Amino acid sequence: MILAFGPENSLAGADAEATAGSAPLFSFEGVAIDGVARPRLDDIWLTVRPGRITVIVGPSGAGKSTLLRCCNRLEVPDRGRLLYAGHDVALLEPRALRCSVGMVFQRPVLFPGTVRSNLLAARQEATEAACAAALEAAELGTDFLDRSVDELSGGEAQRACIARALMLEPSVLLADEPTSSLDEAAARQVEQTVRSLIAGGRSVLWVTHDRAQAERLADDLVVMDAGRVVTGGTGTGSAVGRAGEDAEAPRVDI
Amino acid sequence: MAGTDIGWLGLAASLVLVAAAVVVSRTQRLRLEREIVVACGRGVAQLAVVGWGLAIVLSDTTPLIWAWTWSGVIVVLASRTVHRRAPQLPGILQASLVGNGGCLVVSFLVAFGLGIFPVEARVIVPVTGMIVGNAMKTVVVVSKRLEEEVADRRLELEARLALGWSGMDAIRPAVRAGLRLGLLPTIENVRGLGLIFLPGAMTGLILAGVDPQHAVLVQLALMFLILGAAALAATTVALITARRLFTADLRPVPILRLATDEGR
Repeated sequence: MILAFGPENSLAGADAEATAGSAPLFSFEGVAIDGVARPRLDDIWLTVRPGRITVIVGPSGAGKSTLLRCCNRLEVPDRGRLLYAGHDVALLEPRALRCSVGMVFQRPVLFPGTVRSNLLAARQEATEAACAAALEAAELGTDFLDRSVDELSGGEAQRACIARALMLEPSVLLADEPTSSLDEAAARQVEQTVRSLIAGGRSVLWVTHDRAQAERLADDLVVMDAGRVVTGGTGTGSAVGRAGEDAEAPRVDI
Repeated sequence: MAGTDIGWLGLAASLVLVAAAVVVSRTQRLRLEREIVVACGRGVAQLAVVGWGLAIVLSDTTPLIWAWTWSGVIVVLASRTVHRRAPQLPGILQASLVGNGGCLVVSFLVAFGLGIFPVEARVIVPVTGMIVGNAMKTVVVVSKRLEEEVADRRLELEARLALGWSGMDAIRPAVRAGLRLGLLPTIENVRGLGLIFLPGAMTGLILAGVDPQHAVLVQLALMFLILGAAALAATTVALITARRLFTADLRPVPILRLATDEGR
C-alpha cells in the first residue's frame, strides 16, 4: 500500500514529532542490501536521533553512502525495513519523502544557469524572500542570486547546493561526503554552515571517510566497515571499535 | 527520356580516380590502399545486390507488397542499428521500431495521402531509405545522450530526483539536449540546400534528365518530410525510453557503460 502524501508539508506532523526528540528520526531494522562479492549492507540495526549531526564514518566501500541513500529512497533494502519518524519508508510517496529529506552530494551538482534559477528549480513558486532566506541559511549573501554557477568557487557552489536543498524546507539534510571535492578552507566553511543548520531544528546525516572531520563534526558517531555498523557512540572521542573485531553486527542504539 | 547510360565501361573509367586515391596513399605512405580497395569492392558488391533486388521490386509487374516489405526490412535494420549503438537502454529495440516505423507511416500518410507523390514502388523504397536513414541518425544521437545521462552523469540525475522531481522531469534536460544535438545536422542540411551542396536526390534526378525545376520541388518536399520525420522519431523514442529509465519509486535503473560500444 502506498500512502499518497501531498507534496506540500506532507510529513509536517511526523517531522514535528521527530524533532521533539521523542521519536527516533531514522530507524534501521535489519536492513540488508545484497552485493556481488559481499553484501553492500549487512543486517543494519541503527537508530538515528533527531536534532543533531550524526556522522557516519568508515573506509571506502564500507556502505556509508548506501546507508545514507536508503534515507531518501535512492537505494532500497532487499530485506528489513527503514522507518522515518515512525513511518515505513517503503510506504511513503517517494517525492514527498524527498521534499522532507534533502540531500547534497560529493561534488556540487548545480544546474546550468544562475543561483536563482537553481533555487527556483527546487521550488518554482518561491518568493524572493524565501530565496534570500535559503541563501542566508547557507551563509551566502543575497548578491549570489544573480551569479552564474560557472563563477562560483567549489565551496560557494556546494553551499549553493545546500541552499537549494533548503528551499524545500526539509527536516533532514543528507550529506554524502560533501567536502571531498573541496580544499581545506572551503571544507571548513561547509562544515560550519551545516553545523549552523542544527540550530534551526534540523537534523543532519553526514557521511565521510575522513576520521578527523568526523570527530570534529559529530554529535553522534557511527562507524561502518564492510557493510556493517561496527560501533556508534555519542560525542567525540568516545571509544570506537576497531573494524573487523565484531563477528556479527551488533544492534546499536546511539 | 534521355538518361545517363553509364555501362560497365563507364564504371571502369570512373575507377581512374579511385586509382588516383590509391596512388596518393602509396606515395604519402598513408597505408589506406587496402581499405580503399576493400571499401570499393564492398560498395560494388552491395549495390549490385541492391540494384538487382530493386530491379525486381520496382518492375511494373511486381505487386506493391514487395516494396512495402522492403520498407519494413529497412525499418527493422535501422532499429537494430540503434540498439547496437545504445545497447544498455531498456527496451530500445522496441522503442526504435515504434519510432522509426511510426514516423515512416506518418510520412507516407502525408506524402501519399496529400498526393505529393504517387503510390509506386519506385517512390516507396527510396523515400523509405531517406526518411528512415535520417531518422535513425537522430534517434541514435538521442539514445546515446540518454544512455550517457544515466550511466556517466548519474549524479546530476540523482540531484534532480533528490529535489522531489518526477522521473520524466529529471530526465527531460537530457532529452532536450539529445534532441537538439540530433536535429541540428538535419536542420543545417535544409538550411544549406543548394548553397553548400546539391543534395543526392536532386542530383540523381537531374542526371537522369529530369527538368531541374521539378527536381527542386521533389527535393524540397523530401527534405521537409525528412526533417519532420526525424523530429517525430527521435521524440517518440526518447519519451518511450525515458519512462523505462526509472523504477516505480523514482530511482534510476542501473545502467553500466560497456567499453565495447564505443567506436563502432
